Amino acid sequence: MNPGENHIDAPDYIEAPLAPKHTRMQEFGRMLKQNRLAALGFFIFVLFFLCAVTGLILTSGTKPLFNPAMVRLEEKLRPPLSKPNLQALRPDQVPVLNVYLMGTDDLGRDVFARMLQGAWVSLTVGFVAVGISVFIGIFMGGIAGYFGQHHIKAIHILFFLCLIGGIGLVLINAVFAGTALLLLCLSSIVFLLSARDKLPEKTLPAWKGILLGNAVSVDTLIMRIVDIMLCFPSFFLILTVVALLPASIYNIMIVIGLTSWMGTTRFVRAEFLSLREQDFVAAAKALGIGNFRIIFRHIMPNAVAPVLVSATIGIATAILTEAGLSFLGFGVPPPHATWGNILSDGKNFIFDAPWLTFIPGIAILIVVLSFNLFGEGLRDILNPKLRERH
Amino acid sequence: MDKRPKSHGTPLLRVENLKVYFQGDGKRARAVDGISYEVHQKQTVCIVGESGCGKTVSALSILGLIPSPPGEIVSGKIFFSGQDLLKLDEKTMQNIRGNQIAMVFQEPLTSLNPVFTIGDQLGEAVSTHKSMGAESLKRYMIQLLSDVGIPSPEQRLNDYPHQLSGGQRQRVMIAMALSCDPDLMIADEPTTALDVTVQAQILELLRSIQQKRSMAILYISHDLGVVSAIAHWIYVMYAGIMAEQGNSDQIFRSPRHPYTQGLLASLPSLSKRGKRLYSIPGSVPNPAYKPTGCPFHPRCPHTISTCRKEYPNMCDYGHGHMARCPVLYEKREHTE
Repeated sequence: MNPGENHIDAPDYIEAPLAPKHTRMQEFGRMLKQNRLAALGFFIFVLFFLCAVTGLILTSGTKPLFNPAMVRLEEKLRPPLSKPNLQALRPDQVPVLNVYLMGTDDLGRDVFARMLQGAWVSLTVGFVAVGISVFIGIFMGGIAGYFGQHHIKAIHILFFLCLIGGIGLVLINAVFAGTALLLLCLSSIVFLLSARDKLPEKTLPAWKGILLGNAVSVDTLIMRIVDIMLCFPSFFLILTVVALLPASIYNIMIVIGLTSWMGTTRFVRAEFLSLREQDFVAAAKALGIGNFRIIFRHIMPNAVAPVLVSATIGIATAILTEAGLSFLGFGVPPPHATWGNILSDGKNFIFDAPWLTFIPGIAILIVVLSFNLFGEGLRDILNPKLRERH
Repeated sequence: MDKRPKSHGTPLLRVENLKVYFQGDGKRARAVDGISYEVHQKQTVCIVGESGCGKTVSALSILGLIPSPPGEIVSGKIFFSGQDLLKLDEKTMQNIRGNQIAMVFQEPLTSLNPVFTIGDQLGEAVSTHKSMGAESLKRYMIQLLSDVGIPSPEQRLNDYPHQLSGGQRQRVMIAMALSCDPDLMIADEPTTALDVTVQAQILELLRSIQQKRSMAILYISHDLGVVSAIAHWIYVMYAGIMAEQGNSDQIFRSPRHPYTQGLLASLPSLSKRGKRLYSIPGSVPNPAYKPTGCPFHPRCPHTISTCRKEYPNMCDYGHGHMARCPVLYEKREHTE
């Protein structure tokens, strides 16, 4: 070291950072270019999205451009690309493009219009169901991963069981039993408040000790709920619930969402277990930032990569589940078209009119495949271990 | 610089008989076992010791950041400007963290959140405790970054942590710590992960900031060279207890504890060139299985039979210089 060069705190000596500046969108574009299949999946996904949105606009309203419900009994089971018989139809029955792009079904309805309408159903079912499942999954996983070591007292569990049971019983008109449970719930609050003042724990009688003792850790509780949910074969669970509930597209979305959050919870918990030990979490705590802000603002963005991947693939699964339900007749009620019930209607005419099964079948195949390809591409892009190689 | 300004009256931070134990597998690890220390205003106080002797745990317990299910503050008091931090609730503690006591961590590479820009994180550090308009916040952040010697701070606000070098990241961490004008800054080995030239820059930065802002620094390190350069007062920790305390003159010229003597003897120097470097035999005891009596006795060259049984007392050498070794204290009296 040369004693003459003692410019320790001269800031000019520290040069600007050398790392290349890319915004995250640029990075994303570059990765997509390198992964052809993911790019294809992304392209089809965007196309599907546009189709669904334009489909919604073109097929809804009182006088839609493409009317999926227009019945033309004279024109039934026409093959794709056939011209309509103009003599037999009233002017308002003639399809817009003067051609049946995808043929007609057994009631003479335009399959193209019905596919457009169904695309929107598939899209919303996919996104809303996965949105619900990701929301629940992130919340449960985040709590389990971050607060996992904390314990829940037996009295708290008792309190919640009484509260839920009480409200449930009151709602189904068993008012007497319900009120009794709610009173028990109230008494547990009183008990908790009275126990808080008395600090010496050794003098407590045994039953109080059990009630105030630690029952399970948060982590155990949430992850065992996940295990229990995973025990049910989810498709049959959905079938049962849908059979009990009134048939509506929203019920189906909610039920699919409520039965598919377990994977996300496990992913998020696993990520949190490693992330919460990171120094930046300790640094955030040392700055006096609150726990929930640390969970959702500081740790969550670091943990979303695997969630995003599983969500993309989850959309494909949700679309398939909805199609399966509609095919079985438990799905969206009949006048509304979905890909599943077009397929289901068409199966009776599979030899006379194969397009009725092939068109929705291939559409489902392509969309699900594109989501899976895109999801796997995303996993490669977002996985830092694979990223280093590029 | 080396005189302890006793006239300051009540210290800013006073830790009294702090004990932090960790529970695990049915064993109890006594990570910090009854330490006491003081930090006065505008002083740099260093805690020195080997890895695993409880330095970081004692610092984290000031902020109430000991992970609670395994760790537990068994006893002790931590007075910070008059109030006992251990008695405060979580809400009040959050208000003190970052606002009155700030901390700089060891690893600048991992202490910044990789997915947010410098501006996001610095802005959050400021706005957690202060309310500021967007425009004045940005001006304040630029001012902070240039205070810690980061060139072209305006552009750096939009950079991600991975785009900065290690030294720059540590400067950002220091800027975040300074953002709310804390009275006390805890620096937990802030230069360990940096190379020597950057280390010197950061130390110089800390020194100049301390003079400008008149805050106290609690500096935790295992590097005696760094400590000798910056400390007003030094505490030497060993296996969860304070072995010796004094100003740097007392500690480095006339160490009174065999552990401090061993540490100093194992420093390489030009006069020892060509000779074999001294090393203290053995290693720091596992905090779950500490030896009885003086925890240093298995490695100590001066061990007598009482060391194995009796916990040693602090022996006063005058001018605040104290060491926890009665054996050497008696020897000194005999020679005089």
